[in-house]
Amino acid sequence: MEHHRHDVVVVGAGIAGLYAAMKAGESADVAVISKIYPTRSHSGAAQGGCAAALGNETEDNWEYHFYDTVRGSDYLGDQDAQELLVKEAIPVMYEMEHLGVPFSRTPEGKIAQRRFGGHFAKFGKAPVQRACYAADRSGHAQLHCLYEQSLKQGVRFYNEFLVVSLMIEDGECHGVVALELKTGELHAFWGRATMLATGGYARAWKVTSNSHANTGDGLSLVSSCGIPLEDMEFVQFHPTGLYPLGVLVSEAARGEGGILLNKDGDRFMKKYAEAKMELAPRDVVSRAETTEILEGRGIDGNDYVHLDLTHLGAAKILERLPQVHELVMKFAGVDCTKEPIPIRPTAHYSMGGIPVDLNTRVLMDGRKEPVVGLYASGECACVSNHGANRLGTNSTLEAAVCGRIGGMAMADFVKEKGPVKVGVAIDTSDVENEMAHYMDHEGREKAGVIRQELQEAMQEHCGVFREKEGLATLVETIRALQERFEHVGLEDKTKAYNTELCELIELKHMLDFSEVIAVSGLAREECRGAHWRTDFIGRNDEEWHKHTLAFKKPDGTIELKYKPVVITKYPPEARKY
Amino acid sequence: MERQFKIFRFIPERSDKPYYQTYSVECPQSFTVLDALNAIKWEQDGSLSFRRSCRHGICGSCAMKINGKNGLACEIQVNTLKGVIKIEPMPGYTVLRDLITDMDRFLAHMEATKPWLIAGTPETDKEQYQSPEDRKKIDGLWECILCGACTSACPSYWTDDDFLGPAALLKAARYCFDTRDTGFHERMDLLDSRSGLWRCHTIFNCVEACPKALNPTEAIVRLRNRLASEKI
Repeated sequence: MEHHRHDVVVVGAGIAGLYAAMKAGESADVAVISKIYPTRSHSGAAQGGCAAALGNETEDNWEYHFYDTVRGSDYLGDQDAQELLVKEAIPVMYEMEHLGVPFSRTPEGKIAQRRFGGHFAKFGKAPVQRACYAADRSGHAQLHCLYEQSLKQGVRFYNEFLVVSLMIEDGECHGVVALELKTGELHAFWGRATMLATGGYARAWKVTSNSHANTGDGLSLVSSCGIPLEDMEFVQFHPTGLYPLGVLVSEAARGEGGILLNKDGDRFMKKYAEAKMELAPRDVVSRAETTEILEGRGIDGNDYVHLDLTHLGAAKILERLPQVHELVMKFAGVDCTKEPIPIRPTAHYSMGGIPVDLNTRVLMDGRKEPVVGLYASGECACVSNHGANRLGTNSTLEAAVCGRIGGMAMADFVKEKGPVKVGVAIDTSDVENEMAHYMDHEGREKAGVIRQELQEAMQEHCGVFREKEGLATLVETIRALQERFEHVGLEDKTKAYNTELCELIELKHMLDFSEVIAVSGLAREECRGAHWRTDFIGRNDEEWHKHTLAFKKPDGTIELKYKPVVITKYPPEARKY
Repeated sequence: MERQFKIFRFIPERSDKPYYQTYSVECPQSFTVLDALNAIKWEQDGSLSFRRSCRHGICGSCAMKINGKNGLACEIQVNTLKGVIKIEPMPGYTVLRDLITDMDRFLAHMEATKPWLIAGTPETDKEQYQSPEDRKKIDGLWECILCGACTSACPSYWTDDDFLGPAALLKAARYCFDTRDTGFHERMDLLDSRSGLWRCHTIFNCVEACPKALNPTEAIVRLRNRLASEKI
């Protein structure tokens, strides 16, 4: 096995990972390990913008943003983290502008801002333009800029390396083991500090906005080390996935004035969110659309409704939403300047993840005790900024803010502790044996078939609406699929770019965390944010105002524990839009 | 509808000779080339290797040669293609396996153009102002997804390993024409050379190949014009 040593090892090259790498790179020797080329990361698919109360277009301040984020999270977010997020948003946005992000501009030359769902001024009472944007390619703009800044900083990139295990011993992380796709060889990456920034996991659903790469690798790796996963049952369904496959149509389309219509041409959001209409938070809008479809008001009896932009006019659409226009034309053959867009909810974002503290340190017990040298940020982490439901434009914000904090924290840690330890004895035989097993094993099962069955089961039983029987069936289905996974045989036994092996490893991760989602969701008997049980009515703060911590035990079973939500300012109250 | 795909195969561990393999795939309406490749990989032949990620034309992973033309597999619909569909790796790059090409040189050339804002410390804690008109000067330059289709299609790139290629030059233009940037002359030390701006023979293949409808040739001409005007 080839060995590499760096002060800091960052796994994942989206906005969170690259911000961390760039910041840590100011004083430390940093390596980024990514299973795809950095600019392929799914952060680049973020379209609408990045929230910060700059007040460039309308009156705003961070207190309003804080209030919206707390309410949007259905009071499950930790308010110390949320306050930090919205305050840091402002300097981080200016820093990104200084770094070169090509933001769109107001007539006087400031960063342009647009409306987005769930964001308001004056504590929910007035509209606000808070999303800082670069047309509707905001994530692309940020991702490329941070990649380029990391290159400038001298960050070392190991592209197309799939991390297969963490080197953790006695509560301290020493780095990771990764499979080099080009050669099929394992490499050990030793780091004084290691950050996981491996992104989300919505690939476990059939209808998803996510990349093929979004297989939640980091979560499963952490879970297998006995570290809990937090609030995994909270998965966001974005209201405007392009029918049928779920490719994202930016919420900016509604922010710019797009409306939702059912088969009768009725603007149905008035029934569900009378005041905020299409700009209610995503959980509310996705439930409304699903209800319309279930009650037979989908377009022509199909399971989609319409997003209509035609009244905005071609000029505004082409200036503000060029990518939406291009995507919808290419993938649905619809000219959105002339016709409505067929849309439905699509699995989009994971609110839960690896429990971390405010400095992005991974918590061994999910509460207080950090794993020395291990950090996580971005979508794979749960700090918890988003609680039970994330507001649009708070995700790239979290990635930037927490990536930045983590980068600085790791740099400080390295200064304090000195260079990476040499000669720590870490037993990597388990992962070596696992890889050898995959390559040698003969079996009848195909990974592609198991993955498809998993995606269909998650879609059916763990969607916008859930109930006990379905979730229980899902747990059984996943366990049966895990059994069958043991009998998967690879057709491809070669080493170079064995993408079949790569997909097999990713499937293992998906089966692992999907079980956690199903078990956590089955236990939570209430309706909160994105977790909506049809067999229970409403939110139950008395019993369920708490975070789930799911521990994978050595015998493979999952043990659920809970921890309190941090409330600093806003106790839970009714949430109406 | 059942369609035939004739796919370039190269697995160096098995043979040093590439070959073509034909697969038959049931392609529903709106199936993309990537959908078909996935169907082959998942249902027929796990050994077929290619890069893919976002599957909606944003990440740039799946650029390949489809019926003789570079494009993104994820956004080309099968029903727009005629006959047996021929899938090959992008030309101009070393093939590592099947449809996967070596992108190291491509990225090294991009990095060589110093693709980051070169500017002094901003005088403000807030954003630097930039008028919408100034901001527009980089429209058509900052949207590049680095898929490599343009550089692969460039005959000048095929014959000169040192030529930076259209994608790298487009990236250089993205920063040179950003009104916040002051690094034009620093970059020109590299770009004002035979392997830089002057290797381009305005063949326009790059423009035709770009799946994002960008125009690298125009970017190169803009850089040349600026260089010329600043030399006078």
